[in-house]
Amino acid sequence: MRITRTTALGVLALGVVLCLTLGTLIAVMTKATGGVFAFLSLGPHDFAAIRFTLWQALASAALSTLFAIPVARALSRRQFRGRAALITLLGAPFILPVIIAIFGLISVFGGRGIVSQALGFFGYEPISIYGYHGVLLAHVFFNLPLATRLILQGWLMIPAERFRLAASLGMTPRDIARTLERPMLREVLPGAFLVIFLICLTSFAVALALGGGPRATTVELAIYEAFRFDFDLGRAAMLALVQFAMGGAAALIAFRVAIPHDTGAGLDRAVMRWDSTPVQRGFDGLVISLAAGFLILPLAMIFVKGLPSLMSLPGSVWTAAARSVTVALGSAIFTLILTLPIAALAVRRRSKWVEGIGYLTIAASPLVIGTGLFIVIFPIMSPSKLALPVTGLVNAAMSLPFALRILVPALAGVERDYGPLADGLGLTGMARLRLLWVPRLRRPIGFSLGLAAALSMGDLGVITMFADGDAATLPLQLYRLMGAYRMEDAAGAAVLLMGLSLALFWIFDRGGRVNADH
Amino acid sequence: MLTIEQGFIDLGDFQLTADLSVPQGARVAVLGPSGAGKSTLLAAIAGFQALTSGRILWDGQGMARAPAARPISMVFQDNNLFPHMTVAQNVGLGLRADLKLSDREQVRVKGALDRVGLSGLAPRKPAQLSGGQMARVALARVLLRDRPLLLLDEPFGALGPALKSEMLALVAELLDETQATLLMVSHAPEDAKLICDQVVLVADGRAEAPVETAEIFTNPPEVLRDYLGDHPRT
Repeated sequence: MRITRTTALGVLALGVVLCLTLGTLIAVMTKATGGVFAFLSLGPHDFAAIRFTLWQALASAALSTLFAIPVARALSRRQFRGRAALITLLGAPFILPVIIAIFGLISVFGGRGIVSQALGFFGYEPISIYGYHGVLLAHVFFNLPLATRLILQGWLMIPAERFRLAASLGMTPRDIARTLERPMLREVLPGAFLVIFLICLTSFAVALALGGGPRATTVELAIYEAFRFDFDLGRAAMLALVQFAMGGAAALIAFRVAIPHDTGAGLDRAVMRWDSTPVQRGFDGLVISLAAGFLILPLAMIFVKGLPSLMSLPGSVWTAAARSVTVALGSAIFTLILTLPIAALAVRRRSKWVEGIGYLTIAASPLVIGTGLFIVIFPIMSPSKLALPVTGLVNAAMSLPFALRILVPALAGVERDYGPLADGLGLTGMARLRLLWVPRLRRPIGFSLGLAAALSMGDLGVITMFADGDAATLPLQLYRLMGAYRMEDAAGAAVLLMGLSLALFWIFDRGGRVNADH
Repeated sequence: MLTIEQGFIDLGDFQLTADLSVPQGARVAVLGPSGAGKSTLLAAIAGFQALTSGRILWDGQGMARAPAARPISMVFQDNNLFPHMTVAQNVGLGLRADLKLSDREQVRVKGALDRVGLSGLAPRKPAQLSGGQMARVALARVLLRDRPLLLLDEPFGALGPALKSEMLALVAELLDETQATLLMVSHAPEDAKLICDQVVLVADGRAEAPVETAEIFTNPPEVLRDYLGDHPRT
């Protein structure tokens, strides 16, 4: 086997990923009291956290997919004004900072939110959003749109001819459900369920803001608390091992199930149906209105509350914003620096293994990586000094699987179409990167950069472990304002954070599309 | 001279053997039924498909591993032009793969475009060209590459009959000027008759040694008769 630049750089990038995932895990193990028998020294609180983590992930996945079925069905068969906009909006929670959604949900469903006020008007007690039901609410808010898009994709994959055939055979809606729709759901639902289960398994920011206490603490939150409040590195390390084992097991199951991929393509047309009834139309309208309201209302509340105070925000918020933008840009670039060599190696060697190692960071959680990095850095220097670089690095590792998912197929397509021509002309090394890959991959590169920048911009994870008083990012600053009940400033900061996240995504994504040749 | 010594390619469900040589300056049509291995033969010569065993020699010497280092220009069925580059850039790649062209080289690019009848189209992108014009861009690049062996893998298959003969005539002219050797995959016997003096027949997992075009069509072997059908097209 010849050692080419592609191989060398690819192996180097894989090495960085392995250090970040397995390397930090080894660092964690050295500190875990009890070593391999870590389970023996876990206390009742720890087991409660494990139980809650699994339970809330199961419940969140179940509720999200269950509610998504009628919404996706309604969207698949109804054409209405604003349908395209609504479907685009369903993609937004993915890049929406978690802390923003939480702020919006509190404004709607919190003790002083509009739902509680409406209840109070009719003489009922206000509801509380804190606790396990708040965690579930936030998870459904984030994942119902994702599940809807995945299931909608399944619906629209059913060939239109089948529905015509069903109509010509005089099938009733029940017949269509039995022969066409349920078989599709049986294929799509397990994958959608697993994706959401995996996402919720590493839930930290939601549990930090809305959960806590013995009944609503996730393992990730328990790691943070052991670390931050008790400074018990040994216990944090043990919990980190538990978290990695859960994530790894779930990822292994996910590898065996066909995971649906939100291609975003072809969702813009509804299927022509002939089995429509007035009751069905009314039900679909109701479902779409409820889902749209559930999604739009919290976001709208942020604007209503935040816009007036945007101009009077304290300086600390603006400096935090500047810090966050810097971290997001650095993280996006580092994501690309990791992704391109791994994608090139995966395509060149046609290796599923190479891609598989890139996906390792799904199993590893940010807080586990953070714990490991803290253990490594602590003897050398003060970890808080490295808070921002570490945040950018961990964010890049978390964005890597998404970027790979986008770039590997795109690069494989470019090499399939133009690889022989480029080989024949001697287009190798930097010339191939500059003259073939970058121009042909502008769209997926722009999309990956936008995604990585937005995810990093909104991240409230590892920064909470590393930051001391003054190195806060914007999401952390927002969380602190909320904790101090400075709600007006918090609302303004939320608008700023949302605007910056969406702007970063839009600029990169747009940059990839402008003047792109097909 | 191109020589294939005991060439053997094993792709699992498909095998191809070849033991033949093509003299300098010959114009060879590679004919045979679909899936017989015509393109595989060309890919092996160009360096895109490794031989399982045997050797391919040019003037008695083994050839470099990298396709670009071989004495070969190749034109594919499609994707001969990079869509994000201008016509001039696509042609310029024939001189320098990193496109850092000197002024003199720019002049040569322009000259090549003039030669194939595309004067003035240098700044266009491929999407703004017709099928015939795209083929001419690829040929202009072949001209600048200036390699002694030209491989054409059904490059004009998508063009209409009149345009195709026009392109074949242009290829013949360029070969007259450069004295290059030609191997052209086709499944249209009339292409072979038009510009090729020899035919390599690929069928039943074997590439036969080249035969004079006139001879093979007056007295076709059985596989060729089967391929041409009962009423050979003329």
